[in-house]
Amino acid sequence: MTLLEAALRAAAALAAFLVLPLLVGQAEHKVMAHMQGRLGPMYAGGFHGWAQLVADGVKFVQKEDLTPAAADRWVFRLAPAVALVPYLVALATVPVHPGVAAADVPGSVVLVLAATSVGALGTLMAGWSSANKYSLIGGLRAAAQLVSYELPIVLAVASVALAGGSLSLLGLADAWTPWWLLWQLPGAVVFLVAAVAELQRPPFDMPVADAEIVMGAWTEYTGLRFAFFLLAEYAGIVVMSLLFAVLWLGGWHGPLPEALGWLWTLLKGLVVALVVVWVRVAWPRLREDQLQRLAWVWLVPLALLQLVLTGAGVVAGW
Amino acid sequence: MTPLDVAFAACGLLAVVGGVLAVSTRHVVRAALWLVVALLGVAGALLVLGGELVALVLVLVYVGAVVVLVLFALMLTRAPIGPDRAHAAGPWRAAGAAALGAATAGLLATVLVPLADGTVAVADVPSSAVAEQLFGTWVWPFELLSLLLLAALVGALAVARSRPAPSGAAAGEAAGEVP
Repeated sequence: MTLLEAALRAAAALAAFLVLPLLVGQAEHKVMAHMQGRLGPMYAGGFHGWAQLVADGVKFVQKEDLTPAAADRWVFRLAPAVALVPYLVALATVPVHPGVAAADVPGSVVLVLAATSVGALGTLMAGWSSANKYSLIGGLRAAAQLVSYELPIVLAVASVALAGGSLSLLGLADAWTPWWLLWQLPGAVVFLVAAVAELQRPPFDMPVADAEIVMGAWTEYTGLRFAFFLLAEYAGIVVMSLLFAVLWLGGWHGPLPEALGWLWTLLKGLVVALVVVWVRVAWPRLREDQLQRLAWVWLVPLALLQLVLTGAGVVAGW
Repeated sequence: MTPLDVAFAACGLLAVVGGVLAVSTRHVVRAALWLVVALLGVAGALLVLGGELVALVLVLVYVGAVVVLVLFALMLTRAPIGPDRAHAAGPWRAAGAAALGAATAGLLATVLVPLADGTVAVADVPSSAVAEQLFGTWVWPFELLSLLLLAALVGALAVARSRPAPSGAAAGEAAGEVP
């Protein structure tokens, strides 16, 4: 790999990181509004408010950057970066086309999982260092949720890795067949639910429940640092949606010609992201005990069952 | 000095600095965060040596689960912001700990340094080789370790719930420890 190629790959990953989350955010604004019988943003940019998030970004940049006097300065200021950067790493390893990923590494499945789990640390750092009781409660809730939902995600992904016989996202997407849609269905459901919970999106948004604890761990943040947390959330949706599209929906496999594989991957990812938005509109927030019950009574056993099923299938040579 | 040497040295330095700060800082939550830095340094060193599976699982399990659990426990105990002076060890204990740490490090160095031949080389370890070692050669120690952890977990639960109910619901097994 030459220096130029490396620079181009890095630039492509960065561009995707800056554009795709905004696309999902705008889609959320509009889709959610129409689901609720509203219009959503209509003014910014002229055509159906397409520039609303750009305007939001400009607003965030202008705001004052505050650090509470009682806060742990360093941890407080570092937390948004810890939340944001791992998703950039994760996005760089997700393939969109046969043989095409910004960074093709051998163990990319494990890398994506490891990166997202590091990103979760940012929320905990923010919650503790803000010196605010709402932030602390938000951080506590986030930690309790992360501990429970990390396991089903890893088990569900391990099942796909077992079925495809690889730890590389490219290898797994190449090994995918339509039969997986049925064979890996329980794991897919487990992953989707647990991914929404890991991202702390509604109905699993107890850590940021705005009616109870202001904004959870983000309460004390202003300006760009707050915007970074929001960007990390939407980048998380992009990463999880693309991961779901590549692992369970076959990525670039589809009726379109081979050269359009990347478009197919992105379309599938967008559909998954819209499902995540839909779930937010459709379900009320879960209580803490319901949340833990769902994880330990339903998702973990289901994921283990899927693992047994996959193992049996691999041994029998399905 | 090849680029690999430099990368390995940088990761090792990161791990050592993170580890030293983790045990020497007075801020209890920052100690957990320095532990993350140390673990990332170790993972980086493993990556440089070509063991990407072990490195990534290290990050996934230790940073993603263990440190999150540590932070959760610290937040439950209302870990204060700022230095914790109440639990400061005296100079004698600090000196003793430093001597013990130096002795352990020296012992490890005398055993391990002669084994290294001074070059950093990428060993192309496939995941299947790691699996063969883990589930073939080392399967009994590995399973025994998980049994040990399970026993520790059950023990922690027993300690946490050892106070018998006044109604004597669990009188049979808790008869010996009624206050």
